[in-house]
Amino acid sequence: MNAASHFSYWATICLMVMGLFIVMARANLIKKLVGLAIFQTSIYLLYIAPGKLIGGTAPIIADGFSVYSNPLPHVLILTAIVVGIAVLALGLALVVRIREAYDSIEEDEILAAEERQP
Amino acid sequence: MKDDVVLRVVAKLLVPFILLFALYVQFHGDFGPGGGFQAGVIIAAAVIFYAIIFGLPTARSVVPDWLVEAMVAAGVLLYLGVGLAGILLGGNYLDYFVLGATPVAGQHRGIFWVEAGVAVTVSGVMLKTFYMFAARARDK
Amino acid sequence: MMLVTVAVLTRSRNLFAVVVLSSVYSFLMATVLVALDAVDVAMTEAAVGAGVSTVLLLGALHLCRTEEAKHAQAPWLPLAMAVVTGGVLVYGTYGLPAFSDPQAPIHQHVAARYLNDGPKETGVPNVVTAVLASYRGYDTLGETIVVFTAGIGVVALLRRRRQRSEGDR
Repeated sequence: MNAASHFSYWATICLMVMGLFIVMARANLIKKLVGLAIFQTSIYLLYIAPGKLIGGTAPIIADGFSVYSNPLPHVLILTAIVVGIAVLALGLALVVRIREAYDSIEEDEILAAEERQP
Repeated sequence: MKDDVVLRVVAKLLVPFILLFALYVQFHGDFGPGGGFQAGVIIAAAVIFYAIIFGLPTARSVVPDWLVEAMVAAGVLLYLGVGLAGILLGGNYLDYFVLGATPVAGQHRGIFWVEAGVAVTVSGVMLKTFYMFAARARDK
Repeated sequence: MMLVTVAVLTRSRNLFAVVVLSSVYSFLMATVLVALDAVDVAMTEAAVGAGVSTVLLLGALHLCRTEEAKHAQAPWLPLAMAVVTGGVLVYGTYGLPAFSDPQAPIHQHVAARYLNDGPKETGVPNVVTAVLASYRGYDTLGETIVVFTAGIGVVALLRRRRQRSEGDR
């Protein structure tokens, strides 16, 4: 087991942890959504990287190639990306509504406003 | 941005080509990279581009709200309809083999219509979302 | 390079910069995906991540404040949590197969069948399209419905207020 063989996993984990940190540490709701998006893209990497075969080519069957990367993760992630943007849109819509209701998109300010008028 | 001549001319030139590229991505998806999801997003991007340059009311008159809303539902219905067509022609739900003269032709036809449904829904949802956000900003 | 982008993004308080950086990040991600042979996915990521989601984020920013507030306390607890999670995950990778190992489980099951029989059964050379629309038609159907539902949700959330204010007038 050498470092190069697991580098893709470690890069994925770095991105994932950064996304997780943004979601946990930042109170701003839009920043949280961006953090979620980063977490999500790290998952794309987690799925796609194991499907790659060195020396293989994209999974479009053509003459002259015999080794192809695994198409299954590509399909799963293709759908995941579009669901991700739909969920992001829904989250942003929620943020806009929250902003109109509380005049703030900071989590602590919203909580304080909640306590003031229950 | 409405008054910038360069932007207006370039946008007018580019939008048809973006739409053409979207159609290429849609129908060439069988042989190269592409398919319903990508084509839907590119179509939506073309209209969003148009709306940014020429203003939201112009874009809304070109691609009206009722059309976008109909697209959102029509794509899902098209997909479901392909599945039902499989049942009516004596197969299982979403069974494409019965749709054509030969199984391969049937698969081709099924994949074509399903991808079309996906593209219509995706572009409809993206556009609708953009319209909602942009119109909201205008009201403020 | 992607890691640097994300690190700057974490520090930045100006939300406009955050949105632009996330767009840059999406393009970098698309490049990495091309290198990993996932051309369909890269195309979608470039169009969705860098294009549409940036537009949506900017649209939402227009409705909100573009500066993030200062934080009261240093985020030590989340940082510790994140580092511990990362450590556990790195430990977990030692049980996973090495990069580009043809014997890995992912290459042993249905993928080989898709690659060998897919073009013959469907007549579609792009295996991704064939699997997406045909073999996994139910997945894609459910997923289209998720997109549909999210769209309806956005409409429901953002439309109500406007109708009410029109009624007030």
